[in-house]
Amino acid sequence: MQKVPFVTGYLTEHFGDDDYATLAGYRRRGGYEAARKALTEMSAEQIVELVKNAGLQGRGGAGFVTGLKWSFMPKGNDKPKYLVCNADESEPGSFKDRLLLERGPHQIIEGILIAAKATGAEKTFVYIRGEYAHPADVLERAIEECRAAGILGAKCLGSDLAHDVIVTRGAGAYICGEETGLLESLEGKKGQPRKKPPFPAQFGAFGMPTTVNNVETFSHAPHIVKNGAAWFRGFGTEKSPGATVFGVSGLVQRPGLYELPLGTRLDEIVFQHAGGPLPGRKVKGVIPGGMSMPILPVSQLDVPMASEFLRERKTLLGTGGVMVLDDTVCMVRVGCVITYFFRDESCGQCTQCREGTGWLNKIMQRIERGAGSLADLDILLDVAGKMEGQTICAFADAAAWPVQGLLRHFREDFEAHITHGKCPFPQSFEL
Amino acid sequence: MVISAETRARIDAAIAKYPKKRGALLPALHLVQEQTGWITPEAARELATIFDLHPIQVMEVVSFYNMFYDRPQGRHHVHVCTNLSCSLRGSRELLRQLEQHLGIEAGETTKDGRVTLGREECLGACAWAPVLRVDETYHENLDVDAAKRLVDGLE
Ligand SMILES: Cc1cc2nc3c(=O)[nH]c(=O)nc-3n(C[C@H](O)[C@H](O)[C@H](O)COP(=O)(O)O)c2cc1C
Ligand code: SF4
Repeated sequence: MQKVPFVTGYLTEHFGDDDYATLAGYRRRGGYEAARKALTEMSAEQIVELVKNAGLQGRGGAGFVTGLKWSFMPKGNDKPKYLVCNADESEPGSFKDRLLLERGPHQIIEGILIAAKATGAEKTFVYIRGEYAHPADVLERAIEECRAAGILGAKCLGSDLAHDVIVTRGAGAYICGEETGLLESLEGKKGQPRKKPPFPAQFGAFGMPTTVNNVETFSHAPHIVKNGAAWFRGFGTEKSPGATVFGVSGLVQRPGLYELPLGTRLDEIVFQHAGGPLPGRKVKGVIPGGMSMPILPVSQLDVPMASEFLRERKTLLGTGGVMVLDDTVCMVRVGCVITYFFRDESCGQCTQCREGTGWLNKIMQRIERGAGSLADLDILLDVAGKMEGQTICAFADAAAWPVQGLLRHFREDFEAHITHGKCPFPQSFEL
Repeated sequence: MVISAETRARIDAAIAKYPKKRGALLPALHLVQEQTGWITPEAARELATIFDLHPIQVMEVVSFYNMFYDRPQGRHHVHVCTNLSCSLRGSRELLRQLEQHLGIEAGETTKDGRVTLGREECLGACAWAPVLRVDETYHENLDVDAAKRLVDGLE
């Protein structure tokens, strides 16, 4: 069982070294030199320009341009400003942030310091999912080391920047990954997403201007400051620069983490890096970016893993969580698992989402039992269509997309259930 | 008072970290559960007083989050991930076998109060499926026998 990435790059190259999670080990490998440069030699505007030029896009799923997001923070110091590091990682199929937290906590803190300088934020709240008790401990230890060494505090790294990092543990609710659900939760409330506008840059944590970034997004920042925008653009595609950490799971020979440039082809990830299907099996379909992203059939895996290419195939990069399904798998069961999850995790504020997720799951289960009708397939698509773009947050879209993807590419599985009156895949995983 | 002086001191330390008191409510709920295992009505009342809330506002938060409990729990929580990557790797069978082994269904607690069994959504360990969480510790790549041994070893 390999716990460090199989393929490494600039983010994860030292993840095999146990001392890398300690301050001394991190510093031995050049750690905090980028933050020192940002804090003592660069202006906030210069950092924002640099990160914009690098073209870094958020790695939390939505892919927003990070430098641009930082530039939305109001100037001036009349109000306290905050950063939030989104370590909620609850998109099924995503597990990269956990390793980034456990193996590279100082890389995250260094990225946070750079963002703090760029935005003028005085404090960062790291919101980490409740189940990540161990990663939270590792991060807390790293923060303590930084406070003791003057890296965090009133004069970070001897500069004029004052900054502290607070870790807040969630308590098991997927919707707290959505940035405004997160903010509500951080404030000690139910994690129900807020209506936007106002956006977090105007009205964020505790009502103050706030920038929310993903764990991995922060982790890239030190490398950009250290090596420059052109270096960063040397990885990835023109529209999606840099590398990312792909998490591969499901029915492949070598599930695990792979740090690769964006734009790496999906079939290369599945067949070369992850070793392809289990013996005697064939790949049937792949979910490319975490469970919310529509599935692709095996005939369409020749696609570069960058949103501009995936979009042409009606799916997205999401969090880069690659889930591989083989020819034993019943796609209706997959639909049951997915729709159950969304039904369970809807926060219930919007009718389309609360009712729609329930309907999708009920109909899926009916089809799986063999009690469905062909009209059910139209109802599924109708319900899914009505959930898109109608709600307070994108959760409802995320619930609708995978259903649409399954019916787009695997309609025959659904029809077979309906015509045979039972599941035609005797070897499929148990439900 | 059900909230001990020590827990109370830790809650006060948490409150000091946030710009508004209520920011420490989730940390406080975690701390109280560490002490008492679940959020008793008395604990909710005491928390409400500390945070200038109504008890119902505390309970609303408790019921929103899967990891806060409004009723007594077993001494240990055993949660099996049943999301897609784990299901593909046999987690449903694992859960079914544990249900039989313990003589309870997911969501229930053994009569001796030792184990509360549950199913859980994705735990963020998908490459090492199937994954099971015992209290705060992950156990990955488990087969049924190893899982049974693990559960039997809990005090
Ligand atoms: C339903 C839902 C769940 C989300 N879950 C997460 C999550 O677990 N982690 C994360 O970083 N972003 C998550 N996001 C995206 C955040 O809302 C936000 O866009 C992101 O944290 C911004 O950081 P980035 O720009 O660095 O990607 C989620 C979004 C939605 C709609
Ligand atoms: S879309 Fe769903 S999860 Fe998002 S706010 Fe509405 S009900 Fe809640």
